[in-house]
Amino acid sequence: MTPEDFRELTRTRIRVEGIVQGVGFRPFVHSLATELGLTGFVGNDAYGVFAEVEGKRNAVRAFLDGLRTRAPALAVVETVTAEEITPVGSRDFTIVASQAAAVRDTLISADTATCADCLAELFDPADRRYRYPFINCTNCGPRFTIVTGIPYDRSATTMAAFPMCAQCAEEYRNPADRRFHAQPVCCPDCGPSLTLVRTSNGRWVEGDPVRRTVRLLAEGRIVAVKGLGGYHLAVDAASEAAVAALRARKHREDKPFALMCPDLDTVRALCELGPIEEATLTSRRRPIVLLARRPDAQVAPSVAPGNRFLGVMLPYTPLHHLLAHEFGRPFVLTSGNVSDEPIAYTDDDARARLAGIADAFLMSNRDIHMRTDDSVVRVVRGREVPIRRSRGYVPEPISLPWEFPRPVLACGAELKNVFCLAKGRRVFVSHHIGDLENYETLRSFTSGIEHFRRLFDVHPRVVAHDLHPEYLSTKYALELDGVDLVGVQHHHAHIASCLADNREAGPVIGVAFDGLGYGTDGTLWGGEILVTELTGFRRVGHLAPVRMPGGAAAIREPWRMAAAYALAAYGEEIPDLAVARRHLDQWDSVLTIAASGVSAPVTTSAGRLFDAVAALVGIRDAVNYEGQAAVELEQRVDPGERGAYPCWVEPDPLLIHGIDLVRAALDDLDSGVDVGRIAARFHNGLAQAVVAAVEVVRQATALDTVALSGGVFQNVVLLDRLVDLLEARGFRVLTHSRVPPNDGGISLGQAAVAGALDRTQ
Amino acid sequence: LAHGAGGKASAALVSSVFVEAFHNPELEVLGDGAVLPLPSGESLAFSTDSFVVKPLRFPGGSIGHLAVHGTVNDLSMMGAQPSWISAAFVIEEGFPVDELRRIAADMAEAAEAAGVRVVTGDTKVVSTGAADGLFITTAGVGLIPAGRRLSAELVRPGDQVLLSGTIGDHGMAVMLARGDLAIEADIRSDTAAVNGLVETLLAAAPSTRWLRDPTRGGVGTVCNELAQDTQLGVVLDERRLPVLPEVQAACDLLGIDPIYVANEGKFVAVVAPEETEAALAALREHPLGRAAAVIGEITEQPAGTVALRTGLGGSRIVDMLVGDPLPRIC
Ligand SMILES: [Fe+3]
Ligand SMILES: [Mg+2]
Ligand SMILES: [Zn+2]
Ligand SMILES: [Zn+2]
Repeated sequence: MTPEDFRELTRTRIRVEGIVQGVGFRPFVHSLATELGLTGFVGNDAYGVFAEVEGKRNAVRAFLDGLRTRAPALAVVETVTAEEITPVGSRDFTIVASQAAAVRDTLISADTATCADCLAELFDPADRRYRYPFINCTNCGPRFTIVTGIPYDRSATTMAAFPMCAQCAEEYRNPADRRFHAQPVCCPDCGPSLTLVRTSNGRWVEGDPVRRTVRLLAEGRIVAVKGLGGYHLAVDAASEAAVAALRARKHREDKPFALMCPDLDTVRALCELGPIEEATLTSRRRPIVLLARRPDAQVAPSVAPGNRFLGVMLPYTPLHHLLAHEFGRPFVLTSGNVSDEPIAYTDDDARARLAGIADAFLMSNRDIHMRTDDSVVRVVRGREVPIRRSRGYVPEPISLPWEFPRPVLACGAELKNVFCLAKGRRVFVSHHIGDLENYETLRSFTSGIEHFRRLFDVHPRVVAHDLHPEYLSTKYALELDGVDLVGVQHHHAHIASCLADNREAGPVIGVAFDGLGYGTDGTLWGGEILVTELTGFRRVGHLAPVRMPGGAAAIREPWRMAAAYALAAYGEEIPDLAVARRHLDQWDSVLTIAASGVSAPVTTSAGRLFDAVAALVGIRDAVNYEGQAAVELEQRVDPGERGAYPCWVEPDPLLIHGIDLVRAALDDLDSGVDVGRIAARFHNGLAQAVVAAVEVVRQATALDTVALSGGVFQNVVLLDRLVDLLEARGFRVLTHSRVPPNDGGISLGQAAVAGALDRTQ
Repeated sequence: LAHGAGGKASAALVSSVFVEAFHNPELEVLGDGAVLPLPSGESLAFSTDSFVVKPLRFPGGSIGHLAVHGTVNDLSMMGAQPSWISAAFVIEEGFPVDELRRIAADMAEAAEAAGVRVVTGDTKVVSTGAADGLFITTAGVGLIPAGRRLSAELVRPGDQVLLSGTIGDHGMAVMLARGDLAIEADIRSDTAAVNGLVETLLAAAPSTRWLRDPTRGGVGTVCNELAQDTQLGVVLDERRLPVLPEVQAACDLLGIDPIYVANEGKFVAVVAPEETEAALAALREHPLGRAAAVIGEITEQPAGTVALRTGLGGSRIVDMLVGDPLPRIC
């Protein structure tokens, strides 16, 4: 080595943080360094990846660039810190042993769809993993659902029960192999296996379990299939008899079933598919994507009754690939549960709860540690909007531009519960937990919080919760000792969630429209205009209040809201209404309940206004799932109709008088106007009213950013119209793209508020 | 104060204010009354209650019946045989004497039927507006036979939960009698003294562990108290809860869960599994126990919690209500 060369020589100490373990990062660093002629070492520790590289200055520079630009598919490089140190004259590049440490700060990646390399092997008869349903590598496979603890290591996964064979162990140890340190690596010789069990006699079915399952599906049978995060129920999507049987046995009347399609061409035969939808469908996260169904789609009517959309996903595990490939056409793949219970994820639980539904069980001996539902997304205005953020997304943190001074737990809402833990600049938003009133679900809420605390080493000092005194998540929070409690109003949390989703802090004009949430005055809010920043909000306007006759019964039976709105709109002189004739025996009583206020809480909910209109125009009087009436009203909208009902927006106090929309809809109904046009004019009218209200707030505050959140903004027609109108008037509009606008996003908002308040302390 | 509805809020009021102030070994405000041991081996049971119902008269009874039944039943839940009661009246100026006379007659009738005597009392007339018509406070004493013990401490997993009859009758009768709902329904309060029925039960099932009358807050609230006191699970079966069709219809109309509606003349009993059949048969023989049913079971898990198995096989948590029930659905 000449002195010249030596002067050029430099050594840099590097630390990489983010999702850099269990994703093939060290072999990648090894090959990158070797390719650039650098020496040194790389290793894992509790913070992520550490390395030192030595060589020519420009090679080191190229190395630092490559860390970000050429990182493996599953890696998320959050930070790279580099510090120049004295060269030591190292001669080669090595991967050093992992270092344990007291503090843990590593991230666990989400479960990831089978990669192209594994897929090629899966269908290659010459490969030793040919048709092996548990094939995976560092770029794909199960993660979150099988992790039992940290550090992320095979012994801390449910794969601990399967010692690697010599060949797998060789691949696992070889830095040049795609399976280097892939914790779930396995093969037919050493890994889990499938069994198909017939429900009627509890016996194993002889022969290839996948092919036998496919045969059962083709015969119109229902098969419970153990997936990544729980059991699914599978049935031939083309067989009306089979799908209807599944509905009857599951006690699920109308809520649409999701479909799994073998490939994109099959999806295109069923649905309209844009480029963003296609990218989302084929992403490694593989969510269920809601797609506009084609009129000629060959799907049994019971799959999604009265719905213009289909929820579609592509295979994401090797088992799904095998099933879809052999079956060759779409099949229903819906959660393995009865009605609204949480999905079964242990074999015993599945056998106990699904025996009355499934004709057979396709099981495996690999345990699922964390129950995780499929994620659901919709593409709106070219962006992915999560409806349910779960499998494939969780537990990747959502990073925020601010620091949480102390660790935070946010407990979320009651339905669609999702909790989160926050530390540093990261928020670990949980998988979809479900409706807490169910005992099983409440247990997965408390055990899920414990699991997240251990996995991410977060010990909350601040606990944020909703204000509703009866939410079980609120009660959970109030029973915790030794923490600072922060009650966050439901709609403040919705808007804060939208702010955090967009990495902003406000102030903004927040429009929070949902079913309902507990207001600071003890009434039920849900059609709110709130001037909001993370640290607080002012309720500047809302929908004009009405009564909910029968409380929760008015949510299950939208015709009651029709009665309440009719009473509010017409007082004593309610005209002859079809909805009243349909409920003659109870109509007058319900009107009296609404008028008396007994068992009829006051609400400003936007969801209830949708319910009222849906019932008044004859779309739906009683719901079988949350939000059904509003969903069906939206589905009926005639897209070509541009008319809009006028709606009085009283400026001071700022009130949107929903009864105007109700009166106009009833007038149209009376004159025989088509329901599709009525639905459109209602949506358009409400959008204009919101814009008028927001305009009043802009005049008073000079704010010109609007944040839209709450479950009602899953309504794409309303969202689309509103964003168009607001942008045309020069507003900047914030909407959701990382967490759902519904209550699944509440905990992120609660955490953001709690963190912001903590920063001002 | 917004502590009228029963449940968690009033429990909090009781323990924060009164247990704090009167702290002593006999004070047992969280149960139904005090148990005072006598040299004979028997114990004296002593209980008091105030009655503020509106309207004062409703289908099936009046505040007079309630004032007697309430205290008699509280004593019965302690395993006592009630004998004597006192009655104190706070009367708003201008309250019609005829009405007072009728209510006194109701009390006499109720006392007669329950086999107790009203042996002392007091009357105060307050100025208009200082009381809402009429308030009655009764206190009662009775003897608990030697060797009889009822306590949450005796409850074991596997024990069965019995209910002596249909639920929700009283609460719905009173609610509809207020008249502002204009709902026509033939619902009568179930107000009655259950001391006789309790003796029937204890004779048939000496193992009976625990008794409670599901008054304010209903079966849901007393089962929560049971779960908390025992730190065991109370798993109820929704399909086995006896509810009269007309009560269910009124509850449905109002969106009210009958499990939280008040009863006056019913009790929840926990009985050893081997005596359950005998207990049920004996209760059903008695005129007040014809609709008695086994409604659930004591379990190890969910500890300290009441779960309701629904028709579909799921389990819904029946929590203590903090205040007025408000919808939780977003
Ligand atoms: Fe909400
Ligand atoms: Mg008492
Ligand atoms: Zn792979
Ligand atoms: Zn192997």
